[in-house]
Amino acid sequence: MSIEVLEAEAIHIMREVAAEFQRPVLLFSGGKDSIVLLRLAQKAFRPAPIPFPLMHVDTGHNFPEVLQYRDKRVAELGLRLIVASVQDSIDTGRVAEETGPRASRNRLQTTTLLDAIDKNGFDAAFGGARRDEEKARAKERIFSFRDEFGQWDPKIQRPELWNLFNARIRNGEHIRVFPLSNWTELDVWRYIDRDEIEVPSIYFAHRRRVFARDGMLLAENPYQPTGAGAEVYEATVRYRTVGDMTCTGAVLSGARTVTDIVKEVASTRITERGATRADDRVSDAAMEDRKREGYF
Amino acid sequence: MDILRFATAGSVDDGKSTLIGRLLYDSKSTFTDQLAAVERASRDRGDEYTNLALLTDGLRAEREQGITIDVAYGYFATPKRKFIIADTPGHAQYTRNMVTGASTADLAIILVDATKGLVEQSRRHAFLVSLLGVPHLMVCVNKMDLVGYDEAVFERIRHEFTAFTTKLSTRDVTFVPISALRGDNVVNRSYDMGWYGGSPLLHHLENVHIASDRNLVDARFPVQYVIRPQSHAYRDYRGYAGQVAGGVLRPGDEVMHLPSGLTTRIAAIDGPDGPVDEAAPPMSVVLRLTDELDVSRGDMICRAHNAPMATQDLDAMVVWMADRPLQTRSTLILKHTTKSARAMVRDLQYRLDVNTLHRDESADQLRCNEIGRLRLRVTQSIFCDPYSRNRLTGAFILIDEATNLTVGAGVIN
Repeated sequence: MSIEVLEAEAIHIMREVAAEFQRPVLLFSGGKDSIVLLRLAQKAFRPAPIPFPLMHVDTGHNFPEVLQYRDKRVAELGLRLIVASVQDSIDTGRVAEETGPRASRNRLQTTTLLDAIDKNGFDAAFGGARRDEEKARAKERIFSFRDEFGQWDPKIQRPELWNLFNARIRNGEHIRVFPLSNWTELDVWRYIDRDEIEVPSIYFAHRRRVFARDGMLLAENPYQPTGAGAEVYEATVRYRTVGDMTCTGAVLSGARTVTDIVKEVASTRITERGATRADDRVSDAAMEDRKREGYF
Repeated sequence: MDILRFATAGSVDDGKSTLIGRLLYDSKSTFTDQLAAVERASRDRGDEYTNLALLTDGLRAEREQGITIDVAYGYFATPKRKFIIADTPGHAQYTRNMVTGASTADLAIILVDATKGLVEQSRRHAFLVSLLGVPHLMVCVNKMDLVGYDEAVFERIRHEFTAFTTKLSTRDVTFVPISALRGDNVVNRSYDMGWYGGSPLLHHLENVHIASDRNLVDARFPVQYVIRPQSHAYRDYRGYAGQVAGGVLRPGDEVMHLPSGLTTRIAAIDGPDGPVDEAAPPMSVVLRLTDELDVSRGDMICRAHNAPMATQDLDAMVVWMADRPLQTRSTLILKHTTKSARAMVRDLQYRLDVNTLHRDESADQLRCNEIGRLRLRVTQSIFCDPYSRNRLTGAFILIDEATNLTVGAGVIN
């Protein structure tokens, strides 16, 4: 029953956005949260089509399996996908590539995202972020106001009461909308299980060549040197989150089905991002700092 | 498994964050990497013990100042229930956060420091819980370890608190003596308070009966969004989407549309996965009607013999949340259910002192975090119920037209 309540809340939020904004967009990465978001959008408006396009901020360092899944899903549903490319931002000099063994395009994608929101005139962007993921996200509103610089300021958030959302903004400002705010990782997987939604193959256990760094297992990939002395070996792993190959860690797992994953997530003692995300390890406030700059 | 949403309130240093940390820790809802981070941070700060408060104090400024700035949401589940915690800060200037957390809560926890007894904030919090119509209140008398687990201290606070809450509308009030720091009566029963015959906090949270808190009597369906597919296959489809705000709706029911006052029947109800036999709060559904009426966002579907008030004049208690004071004749945007309209503050009847419940009828403005009874005139009819009858159709927010900020929260009398 709890999953139905969360579903009803998310659908209410999506319809509210469709009713109050001129140009919403749904940020779709092919990760499990945005997959659920997309399913909810289908349900919120059917039998009419989803009344907004999808957008993916492509860092150029994505897992190929996820990009395949993204394109297949978009084609099946006949949706419009806008791809905003971090490589383009680099090529046009908007951002500079980081260097060094821990270089990542994670931070760069904020500029690409904000440029694309501006260029397309989007006034609301749905994201799949959840409050259980991270402590800065735990304090974010469902309708998260962003100023003309895309910044989040935790000290001046609009109070959010009942199911009444304040959608008023000025030109150039926008709202990030998080319909899955009250969902946990386990809720997301239970929903995927219940609705039998297809997800990218990297969520399931598979053999992969990996190397250890900073306590995580990173996939051998063309974008990043493994570093001197790092041993690359094959292991049976799966991914709990989907981000860049350069900063998303795999977990040792034998989960081959969604049901296996639900069981694994229900009993795990390590948080989703703690197990797998180098981008959050920069400091205790890494997410907060990135969000202030306009990150998801 | 259902969901219990609860809000926690207390004053500075009541140990609220510690309580939540303890609840998560003892119910085995914390993760090893979170704990490792908290242990590291505690050590870095020179704390003598692992500071469980750091589990929820997330923002940089909060960690630096050891306070909670904003409502933080937390999640945990036991085999009985999923819990959503709205942890609201206790500073006097942050009443708005408490109101925010309480607006959606089934239950509120107020912490009282046993070494200090009732303070101004405790009364304020109890009043807000009552004003926001939170059905269940639990008063946790914390830091019992610092008063030698003395029953007399607990009883004195209970007595004093009850004297105040009897003036309020909250009916279900429970008291629990706890030590969040040591874990007494949070998840596990205390060995040091044999005199306490009740259950630990978590047991209450798992078992409090909330199913009957929803209004299943008065059918209320604020129309949120009209679905009209521009496709050949669904040429004749016209659906009215929304979240049921009250009552139970079934296909075949006779219903009335407001503002037209016309009646029709429900032809079908589409849920998220197809047609459903009935819809009740908080389901998000799509209604199809047998007759073609002119229905749009902001309208209301109800029953002919049980309609909400339709009025341009509201009498409401308003919590003011902006730095700029509220003055009579101010014009604001009022958002109620799915309808937004301009409203003018006709009259401030009185400002309420939330500590004494004294009504100051000479007040001519409301400052930030003050509460007053207002008369508002709205440019269009609002379809509403008294808040005590329905927390969704009885509530509204006020938005400043110039800044677009949410500046007020109102409950209709």
